[in-house]
Amino acid sequence: MSTQVLMPALSPTMTEGKLAKWHVKVGDTVKSGQVICEIETDKATMEVEAVDEGTIAQILVQEGTEGVAVNTPICILAAEGETVSETPAAAPTAPKAEAPKAEPQPKAAAPQAPSTPAPAAEPEWTGKTVRATVREALRDAMAEEMRRDGKIFLMGEEVAQYQGAYKVSQGLLEEFGDKRVIDTPITEHGFAGLGVGAAFGGLKPIVEFMTFNFAMQAIDQIINSAAKTHYMSGGQMTCPIVFRGPNGAAARVGAQHSQCYASWYAHVPGLRVLAPWSAADAKGLLKAAIRDPNPVIFLENEILYGQSFDMPDDPDFVLPIGKAKIERPGKDVTIVAFSIMVGKALAAAEELAKSGIDAEVINLRSIRPFDTETIVASVKKTSRLVSVEEGWPFAGIGSELAALVMEEAFDWLDAPVKRVHGLDVPLPYAANLEKMALPQIDTIVEAARAVCNR
Amino acid sequence: MANPAATPTVESLPAKKSSQPGDNSVSAEDLKSFYRDMLLIRRFEERAGQLYGMGLIGGFCHLYIGQEAVVVGMQSTLVKGDAIITSYRDHGHMLAAGMDSKGVMAELTGRSTGYSKGKGGSMHMFSREKNFYGGHGIVGAQVPIGTGLAFAHKYNDSKNVSVTYFGDGSANQGQVYEAMNMAALWKLPVIYVIENNRYGMGTSVERASATTQLYRHGEAFGIPGEEIDGMDVLAVRAAAEKAVEHARSGAGPYILEMQTYRYRGHSMSDPAKYRTKEEVDKYRNERDPIDHLRKRLMEDKLTDEAALKAVDAEIRKIVNDAAEFAQHSPEPDPSELWTNVLVGV
Repeated sequence: MSTQVLMPALSPTMTEGKLAKWHVKVGDTVKSGQVICEIETDKATMEVEAVDEGTIAQILVQEGTEGVAVNTPICILAAEGETVSETPAAAPTAPKAEAPKAEPQPKAAAPQAPSTPAPAAEPEWTGKTVRATVREALRDAMAEEMRRDGKIFLMGEEVAQYQGAYKVSQGLLEEFGDKRVIDTPITEHGFAGLGVGAAFGGLKPIVEFMTFNFAMQAIDQIINSAAKTHYMSGGQMTCPIVFRGPNGAAARVGAQHSQCYASWYAHVPGLRVLAPWSAADAKGLLKAAIRDPNPVIFLENEILYGQSFDMPDDPDFVLPIGKAKIERPGKDVTIVAFSIMVGKALAAAEELAKSGIDAEVINLRSIRPFDTETIVASVKKTSRLVSVEEGWPFAGIGSELAALVMEEAFDWLDAPVKRVHGLDVPLPYAANLEKMALPQIDTIVEAARAVCNR
Repeated sequence: MANPAATPTVESLPAKKSSQPGDNSVSAEDLKSFYRDMLLIRRFEERAGQLYGMGLIGGFCHLYIGQEAVVVGMQSTLVKGDAIITSYRDHGHMLAAGMDSKGVMAELTGRSTGYSKGKGGSMHMFSREKNFYGGHGIVGAQVPIGTGLAFAHKYNDSKNVSVTYFGDGSANQGQVYEAMNMAALWKLPVIYVIENNRYGMGTSVERASATTQLYRHGEAFGIPGEEIDGMDVLAVRAAAEKAVEHARSGAGPYILEMQTYRYRGHSMSDPAKYRTKEEVDKYRNERDPIDHLRKRLMEDKLTDEAALKAVDAEIRKIVNDAAEFAQHSPEPDPSELWTNVLVGV
């Protein structure tokens, strides 16, 4: 059976080209892989190789012809045992194999994203509580989960023998041994990738970054490998991994060690991004993160590590991912914050109460997924929104909140959304400048008064 | 053509000779199956190139033609459960791992029947069943991941190894050395197979690496390395047996630098002006791994023309069937746009 050789597309963008030169003539025998002609594309001159074996029966496009459309038959190859004269004349156009379209026919627009309802808020804890620091809560969360599941291990710089650069992993080496609590070299890109591989291989790594600032070295593995592979594999591969560590400004450590990555990671489909404030958040969310089958970015805060809170005293206490918490109900203005800014927002609310402004403070807890339901319901009640974050304003979490309420609660708004955020500069070292660059209780109070016109 | 200079370079290691072909462990049946497996990759890739030319495969498409002996020789030493991971030039690795040619081709054409349901493409395919962990589009990123797969084997006390392939281009990425350090530090069962096809896209090894003996690049970490003739499936096989045994025994990582050559451009749209036609022809005509083995099979009277023709016909049918399947399978349903972003959502 004879074969038509078609004008090939030799780049993702080529639609036509020039048949520059034939290397074979009618009657020549060709082997697969043999160069039969040269084609000038939009980019370069390329050689075309025969795929099938046979004899050149006809040349349909003469050399020097310009503007030959991709998929035009350029010659006919007679198969072995077939004489050249038996080959039929070329069909005028090549049959272009069209993909059968998926049923039902897609409309012009892509289908809508399925909406995932936010999980129900956890019931108010009425059981026993214990006073714990955020540091202890994080440690307990890891220890409890590691006792439950042998596939979980912790790796990172100084997590084992040193007991954690911020003492978060205190006692874990002693309890779980060096097989499961592993000191790594200072090699973020390498150990993040190694963790991803271990997760692909069926383990459940907790990868500690000494701070998230250093995770920028590893961001390719986090986004390109951890976040995208489940999708790119059509669901075959999973990457159950937690990347955790302190995020945002600490105190006087300068620009390279003081940055909020919430909006960076929240931008990426395939990741979950959590940011606890209290000890209960820290424990309940970290346990949820470890149990989740997806890659989770867990943004802690160095200043919060030593703060104490009442925390449910229950090894089965796990918080839902994707649910914000109303820390203080109010009716005049909604203040949305996460991580350390929740504390500042609550202090600001106390301040506002003195002048009769009743602020509702929402602790986001989960940055991705975003608890749209809770935020929108609150704004529909208060008609005013102030967002608070430590990060920079441009394309920040506040921008997302502003867009969200514009789309979902526009008619309920009585004032433009006000964003409180870190100033748009690298964080300075000097004490006075650093303080000015970060959101303070006063800044939040001011913003809330502004949206309330009071 | 095992390089005589390719002795292990870490002084504390026992002197080893570079692997030589003709290992007794290779039977006539093995040789015939190597021939068949290499031919399948060759024909599959030629067909993929053709489908790309017809516009049926989009985006980037990196063909493995010329390098077939590397994966076929390596794969012949692996056992069930051993992990395989590579870069974006991955079609040959998938076929060698036993993945179905139809599913691979259908992924190339972006159809629902492809290994990633059409959502990954040429560079992003996986098979948990065959322990093939991709298909990675970022140069060098598969190396820490492959090392992590070895970490998981060790953690689970399994005797399996991870074969982590990368090219000479990747050999200059920082994360490769971060991974090698940890692999040596923790004695992880990983074999780093550097497929040195002499060009990272259009830049020759000499223009990219300060030292071009890539098998020595693990020396700083005490990782033994060997340079192997990657155009000779038997040399690959012999070296692989040793390296895999080393890793499997708990002795840690091993580097095999395969001297190989890709006949085609870096990707389909590469006119390959950075090398001469004579250079390409020389490899094709004098060093071709398939021709080389075919000759040996004939000379040793392990096969005959008729049998080889039958293999040829069998491969042709497999590839034709794969191409047909890939062209006639449906595109993914629009609803697939939103699936598999997160597990359980």
